[in-house]
Amino acid sequence: MALTRKEVEAIAHLARLSLTEAELEKYGAQLEAILGYVESLNKLPLEGVEPTTHVSPATDRTRTDNPAPGLTQAEVGAIAPEFRAGSVRVPRILEE
Amino acid sequence: MAGPAALTIHEAAAELAAKKISSVELTQAVFARIKAVEPRVHAYLHLTEETALAEAQASDRRRAADAPLGPLDGVPIAIKDNMCVRGVPATCASRILAGFVPPYDATVITRLRAAGAVLTGKTNLDEFAFGSSTENSAFGPTRNPWDLDRVPGGSSGGSAAAVAADEAIAALGSDTGGSIRQPAALCGLAGLKPTYGRVSRYGLIAFASSLDQIGPLTKDVEDCAILQEAIEGWDAADSTSVRLDGPPPTRAIQGDVQGLTLGIAKEWLTEGLDPEVRAAFDGARAALEKLGVKFREISLPLQDYALPVYYLVAPAEASSNLARFDGVRYGLREDGANIIEMYKKTRSAGFGPEPKRRIILGTYVLSAGYYDAYYLKALKARTRLREDYLNALKDCDALLSPATPTPAFRIGEKTDDPLQMYLSDIYTVSVNLVGLPGLVIPCGFSKANLPIGMQFIGRAFDDGGLLRLAARFQDATDWHRRRPSLG
Repeated sequence: MALTRKEVEAIAHLARLSLTEAELEKYGAQLEAILGYVESLNKLPLEGVEPTTHVSPATDRTRTDNPAPGLTQAEVGAIAPEFRAGSVRVPRILEE
Repeated sequence: MAGPAALTIHEAAAELAAKKISSVELTQAVFARIKAVEPRVHAYLHLTEETALAEAQASDRRRAADAPLGPLDGVPIAIKDNMCVRGVPATCASRILAGFVPPYDATVITRLRAAGAVLTGKTNLDEFAFGSSTENSAFGPTRNPWDLDRVPGGSSGGSAAAVAADEAIAALGSDTGGSIRQPAALCGLAGLKPTYGRVSRYGLIAFASSLDQIGPLTKDVEDCAILQEAIEGWDAADSTSVRLDGPPPTRAIQGDVQGLTLGIAKEWLTEGLDPEVRAAFDGARAALEKLGVKFREISLPLQDYALPVYYLVAPAEASSNLARFDGVRYGLREDGANIIEMYKKTRSAGFGPEPKRRIILGTYVLSAGYYDAYYLKALKARTRLREDYLNALKDCDALLSPATPTPAFRIGEKTDDPLQMYLSDIYTVSVNLVGLPGLVIPCGFSKANLPIGMQFIGRAFDDGGLLRLAARFQDATDWHRRRPSLG
């Protein structure tokens, strides 16, 4: 299946990536090749088959709620790109 | 000469116990070896020599007080750089984690510390474990100690090369589609991808959460059991980890294998398989038959669909997991006028080509309009693939496959063709998709003196049964004793 440049750009936007012209072309072509390769799945009869999202035998379970110290604000702040007055700072989120 | 750095875990443990060597001496020998060969191999991204020596001193003090913690006490171990070690930079071989120093230990690290292990440093990998050659590292490729012009495999190529080059006694890797087993095969090591749920993933930087497992890369199978035993077990911090019953690996490894039945799928032995790999595989089969193992031809009709399923499921999960790298809480941030621009600039500058490729693919197959056509179909095919394997393991105690279609390929040979690169994991990806254990060990060498591996695949939580089969094979053969000649 052929992917338009616009489609690749829209996917990149959803993934929060800005791609150069060269990248758009390269990834578009590679995405197409990979999607062509996985097309073979269409040959499989999968009617009525349940999807497998994970293979863990673990099921939901409860545990006692024992309060314990976690990471401190200082430890978390120390790894943030910008941390001031107890908060992680980010650029403007809402336009004026 | 590698000296004591060439020891296995069990050999080192014996020498430490007999006080023939101290942990400080062993650790110094490993770092001397690192200094001698690392410029040629580039297995490590970060060395922790100072803390390693302090850990070794603490181990020697325990031993002097006759209170060692077990077979790993004082033994130098390398860690793949996608696991968090408190106070040590974690990069995932990506520029997007620039400056990230984890404030906590992964559960496997907590467990290794409790076992007294000495941590040598963080090893190279394909960026975010996306790859099969370690060429996708943002910090340059690792080289195969058996032939420096060839790849060590990947994504745990740094861990595999470190162990093969005696730059660590053993190492931890992680495996999402073959990332422990394929480099083990290409570097002549034992590598175990444990049953999903056996090892806690807490503190492992996630690639594909339904497939990822941490496991050992070691010089022989006995070491594999020792290291696996140290890291496995239920963990409150990982809700997919499982409470294990059954014998621990170092006990399960004992006993003979007479009368066991191994299945070989006819779909595995096709034209795509290198003749030298095929010859080594047939030789290994004959050696196992001498031990009383029986073989049965089986069929796994969905084998050809495993790679397509994997390359839908893994990128889909990866694109979700990598959404967290947005420049807000840790790692790289590139300034932007508003938050969307900051996200885009940060992610575009921080991620290398393979993460971008997988994020785009994963986002595409999860996006509205394509979800049913790709992702959902892959999940259904995964169900059928799993049924195939579970059925095969009703009549067989375990399965035996080649580990890789070819021995190590040349650096640069497959970098321009992602699909060709993906094909090197053809024998390993199914095992993650179906959640079973897979153990790779060396079973021969090519004429060019490159290691060739084979893979045992077992029932869920029968990791110990695989270790036993592999251990008896190693008792009867000496492929695992060969070492590369790095000088």
